[in-house]
Amino acid sequence: MKNYRTPLARARGLGSAREGLHDWWRQRVTAVALVPLGLWFAFSVALLPSASHAQLVAWINVPWNTLLLLSFILIVFYHTMLGLQVIIEDYVHLDWLKLAGILGVKLVISFLGLAAVYAILRIVFA
Amino acid sequence: MSHTRRRLTREDTALPMERMNTEPPRLSVRERPLSPHLQVYRLPVTALLSIAHRITGVLLSLGLVALVLVLMSVVQGPSAYAPIHAFLSGIAGRILLWAWIAALLFHLSHGIRHLAWDTGHGFSRDSLTYYALGELAAALVLLLAVAVATIARS
Repeated sequence: MKNYRTPLARARGLGSAREGLHDWWRQRVTAVALVPLGLWFAFSVALLPSASHAQLVAWINVPWNTLLLLSFILIVFYHTMLGLQVIIEDYVHLDWLKLAGILGVKLVISFLGLAAVYAILRIVFA
Repeated sequence: MSHTRRRLTREDTALPMERMNTEPPRLSVRERPLSPHLQVYRLPVTALLSIAHRITGVLLSLGLVALVLVLMSVVQGPSAYAPIHAFLSGIAGRILLWAWIAALLFHLSHGIRHLAWDTGHGFSRDSLTYYALGELAAALVLLLAVAVATIARS
């Protein structure tokens, strides 16, 4: 019997990750955003060992620091989630284990990101 | 590694479907090139950087777990933050922190090259090593800049 599906329709959803152009693109967008944010964070976090609790709270409360820190955290956790997902997709070939790994990464990273945002908001609005 | 073992032939590597189509079964076809033998293969610097990008990515995510712990302890108050501060200002904490910063700056430098590659540029064979060394130099310069700024401000 003749196959009436177009080549494109048959190719869709195949590939190692089945789907994921959106993920690929978002990984690039977050990467671009993380160039300035990551540099800012590197310069900031280097001062962490010399900061007391009061100094740290005061630093997080500086409006621009709050905003940059929240942006960094939201974007870096999303970028991390996509990156770890790609690594699992590349090296884990058992379907159920791959699915479990990706789900686990998504849930754990979401939880950690939420915890970081919650902590910053608690510090700022305390 | 002994070399007495029989080299793989096309018969060994052919898919079942292909095997059915090759009649009559030939015992030896032209020897096909094998992939690099990983135990004796020296990775080029570009390949080392590529895998280092992934490894630093995983290590950086572990650092994010630490970041969440630090932030949560700050919320809980000075007494909860005290042991974490003690660890961070100790030698082990400082080494881990600076290793994390170095990993971040390397990941960032190599990430920029990935973004350049995505635009279709930077693939010419003779420039690859040149750019690889350039990106390592960039990461090192950034690390020095962070170190100098930190010393100046603390």
